[in-house]
Amino acid sequence: MSIETDNPLPSKEKKITPQPQTPWKTSGTERASSLIFILAAAAASYMTVALTPMKGILPLTLLFFIFAALFSFIRGNRSRGIVAGQDSAAGVVMAIGMFVALLPIASILYTTVSKGLPGLHRGLLFNDMSAATPTDPITEGGLSHAIVGTFVMVMISLAIALPLGLLTAIYITEIRGRFTRPIRFLVQAMSGVPSIVAGLFILSAFVYPITKTFSGLMGSLALSILMIPTIARTAEEVLRLIPEDLREAGLALGGTQWRTVAMVVVPAARSGLVTAVILGIARVAGETAPILLLTGGGDQININPVEGAMGSLPFYIWKSFFFGSEEAVARGWAGLLVLLTLVLILFATARFFSTRKVR
Amino acid sequence: MTMSTTPESLSAKQKELEKKMTEERSQSHTAPASLASVAQTKVSRPAGAKRLGTGLEARGVHAWFGKNHVLSDISVDFASGTVTALIGPSGCGKSTFIRTLNRMHEFIPTAAMAGEVLLDGKDIYAPGTDVTKIRLKVGMVFQKPNPFPSMTIGENVLAGLRLAQLKSTNKDDLVEECLIRAGLWNEVKDRLDEHGGALSGGQQQRLCIARSLAVSPHVLLMDEPCSALDPGSTLRIEETISELAESMTIIIVTHNMQQAARVSDYTAFFLSDGGPGEMVEYGKTSEIFSNPKDKRTENYVTGRFG
Repeated sequence: MSIETDNPLPSKEKKITPQPQTPWKTSGTERASSLIFILAAAAASYMTVALTPMKGILPLTLLFFIFAALFSFIRGNRSRGIVAGQDSAAGVVMAIGMFVALLPIASILYTTVSKGLPGLHRGLLFNDMSAATPTDPITEGGLSHAIVGTFVMVMISLAIALPLGLLTAIYITEIRGRFTRPIRFLVQAMSGVPSIVAGLFILSAFVYPITKTFSGLMGSLALSILMIPTIARTAEEVLRLIPEDLREAGLALGGTQWRTVAMVVVPAARSGLVTAVILGIARVAGETAPILLLTGGGDQININPVEGAMGSLPFYIWKSFFFGSEEAVARGWAGLLVLLTLVLILFATARFFSTRKVR
Repeated sequence: MTMSTTPESLSAKQKELEKKMTEERSQSHTAPASLASVAQTKVSRPAGAKRLGTGLEARGVHAWFGKNHVLSDISVDFASGTVTALIGPSGCGKSTFIRTLNRMHEFIPTAAMAGEVLLDGKDIYAPGTDVTKIRLKVGMVFQKPNPFPSMTIGENVLAGLRLAQLKSTNKDDLVEECLIRAGLWNEVKDRLDEHGGALSGGQQQRLCIARSLAVSPHVLLMDEPCSALDPGSTLRIEETISELAESMTIIIVTHNMQQAARVSDYTAFFLSDGGPGEMVEYGKTSEIFSNPKDKRTENYVTGRFG
């Protein structure tokens, strides 16, 4: 592309369309200098570790962060003054915070995947443990009974918790009666209830006095106690986002409050309410304490929630690790990987629905 | 649920209207006329053959929020077939006043009111009155366009019927008729199944007008309906208002005095000097803008304050 310097006002025919540029983005030289400074921090921390009695990976990492913050301060200070120096040092400190926060999550994921992968096999999803003993090789048996049990129990608890949670949220955001504040407080307090308390409550309120036997339904009841606050709080947040205009428009068109809520407010919040449901499921899918107390944890597929012991993924994992043989532990890790994948898929779906643009 | 006009006759009217609008747009290069001349040169509207209801009358209306007295002793008679503009600075109680006219005022928890509002001769605040029936007869268009996001354009128009659980014999005709009357039919007739949020702001507001027309109200309250819209959409909605006024009572709150001069037959000027809002002056729009009796009205309409 040539630029004619002898013609200060180029005529329309010779007008050059400039290339699209992004001058605000980091340039190649800046990138290179960043790389050099990271290497410098690494070298400085390595030298310090080598020259002082400090040994091991922990002081090395710590020193690397300290040097990185120091060097970035010096670099910013030299190029653009003290304020820029503070700014870049603060950026490095925040990056460190993020790294430290992500470390345990990454570690959990890595451990579960690396230990669970060897235990995965095709039969895992299609066989149950009724014909296999814990000391059988890992390729024998599977966790289909656990997946089915978790599915049945989660669905029953959802059927109980969704209407109750949604109605609670509607009471708080739409009806706004005298008890709104105490109920909000109660729901918030309920979301902090330890799961074992929910389990013990069902145990003493239903299992001992009434059914006198463990079953999937009892587990579902305990799970629904844990699910209600999650659904109610998420649904409340979502309904609160619906503009007041829409409620007024519905009422001004001659709708009663009930018709307006059912036809205008709840449909407008639909995608958010799907998120609430998925978060509720994810909350209870891995819940272990009430399951151990109430379901009996069978080894074969049982789809009848009111009769007989019902297996579930947390129970399967707990039982495998409790047994302790090499094969059983491998089963436990595989079950953990399946459970973790399930919960991750649920959260990803929830995010997909909640970030999707509401039309 | 029967309307006096048929979709065919409305369609013809629509074309006429659009022709007139293009002409007006082409003339818009000339210097703007003064408010008084705008108000006086306005063509008088032919009285519609079929008027819905006999109008709305406020008698000694007061309003409070908690202990705060925001509106004092407003008495106006809004006759059927007229457009009345409520003007005045912000916070003088115009919006509160029109919300007392369809009982939306009571949704604010601390709200209170006194006085009577007669719709077709009956007090809407009388004990035993069905509030939802009142709101069916007194429709409302809000400042911000608020089509229901979960519904399509067609469903939005019919939302009032569904909300009030009314039966309609021919829904497609009703949708067409309401959209024609709101001046939106030609723009959306091929996309009735799209969501209302896909429309532009001006189109959304006309959709909201169509939505309120579907339940055939006798009175239409408009709370600054054009304040969020561009001049083209505003003009379009003003034309719609003039058309609708042939058969119904329209009360419009506006901060745009040009708009008040253009669309209204009567104008009420509200003012609050620290205390509760009062109606300073009420009269024919041409009088208010050319020969106001009160000094404060004159100062406001000539732009000396507010």
